[in-house]
Amino acid sequence: MTWQPKILAILCNWCSYAGADLAGVSRLQYPPNIRVVRIPCSGRVDPLFIMKALQTGYDGVLVSGCHPGDCHYLSGNYFARRKFAMMKPMMEFIGIEPDRLQFSWVSAGEGERFADVVTKVTNDIKKIGPIKKLVKGV
Amino acid sequence: MKELQGKIKQLFDDKKVDLVIGWEKGSLPMSSSPLFINNPEDINKLIFDETCQNNLAVYLTKDKRRLSKDNKKIGIVVKGCDARSLVLYCVEQQVKRENIVIVGVPCNGVIDKKKVLEKTDNREVLEYRCDGNKVFVKGRDFELSINKIEVLSDSCLSCTYPDAPEFDEFIGTPRSEDKTKDEFKNVNDFEKLSLDKRWATINKEYSKCVRCYACRNVCPSCYCNTCFVDQNDPQWIGKSPEITDTIIFHLIRNLHVAGRCVECGACARACPEGIDLLLLNKKITKEIRERFDYTAGIDINEKPAMAAYCENEKQDFIMG
Repeated sequence: MTWQPKILAILCNWCSYAGADLAGVSRLQYPPNIRVVRIPCSGRVDPLFIMKALQTGYDGVLVSGCHPGDCHYLSGNYFARRKFAMMKPMMEFIGIEPDRLQFSWVSAGEGERFADVVTKVTNDIKKIGPIKKLVKGV
Repeated sequence: MKELQGKIKQLFDDKKVDLVIGWEKGSLPMSSSPLFINNPEDINKLIFDETCQNNLAVYLTKDKRRLSKDNKKIGIVVKGCDARSLVLYCVEQQVKRENIVIVGVPCNGVIDKKKVLEKTDNREVLEYRCDGNKVFVKGRDFELSINKIEVLSDSCLSCTYPDAPEFDEFIGTPRSEDKTKDEFKNVNDFEKLSLDKRWATINKEYSKCVRCYACRNVCPSCYCNTCFVDQNDPQWIGKSPEITDTIIFHLIRNLHVAGRCVECGACARACPEGIDLLLLNKKITKEIRERFDYTAGIDINEKPAMAAYCENEKQDFIMG
């Protein structure tokens, strides 16, 4: 069997998780490579979650939340955006492929967009190949 | 020195301070120790020179004695970077501005002991003297004269705020921002390397780390009650000096001080293994400045970059 990437999808409860749900009930096809973790808000994402996922062998991480202005908690995703803005260049700086880390905004009504995002992330990570850096015990 | 001591004496006489934190001569050559003056008699011990490398601001947040409990007003002698830490503390509401008296001293950079020992091939220095731009060291069977600039701490070589941006008293005239230095030279050079090369360099550098946490303990911006590496329920990262755990520790610590690091270089000077810890710190400072136009510890009324947001800021890193 050819190698298939394992991707952690951290989805916010109010938008992206519902978006994923909609993609499911609409029977849209998207790659089965993601494992979903539901969180209350994208602002809950600690950079440590992402690092831990890569360290335990996930090939990539997708974090998705509500569109700016749509946050259930009003400003959670704005703070999240600042965190992500720092995270990506730092990962790239220490030499980890930046595309392993992906962020997106998907609303509860964008089932189709969710399927597209997952397809794109999976394709991107397939291109980079399996993770070798930062994995514990390799 | 006399002027500094006079100023502190005056502060005590005017009853403006209950305690002053400064430096005294250390028990070893090229060292200084923190000095806590409760009694004006101790004022003549006070010094300030290029050996005063400790960032004294840490005593306001991390000291177990809780100095602010017994002392209403604390005076503190600061270099530029230390003053920026104090501004950060005021912004983050760790201390009240009216409860501290900031005494700025003109700083021309502090020396890094590790650099001196490199010059002496790790032979013990028994005598140390600094005269203008020259540093003289003497040991059992050697005597050396070194240009001071060669042994200055890396953080001082790229320092843009040598003097306190915020102060109550200043010894001499404070200089403003020094724009002549290329702050991010190392960062820019490092960025030019390829991805794999960068990873290899980081791996090599951080494999020296023994996880003593000296960098964290000495950092003025690291004052969480329980650090994420000490937390064990859940335990997020391993405690052994395993390379991936080590890199994650340094990277996360770096993200925790994003927009809060004042680049005092205390971490790098405290590191027993001589790891270039400033590289990551400078990188995050550069990112914060480019993206959010924010520099930590300058403006007492400005919110820290990571605790603020702007609704329509650049989000090029987010999938379209």
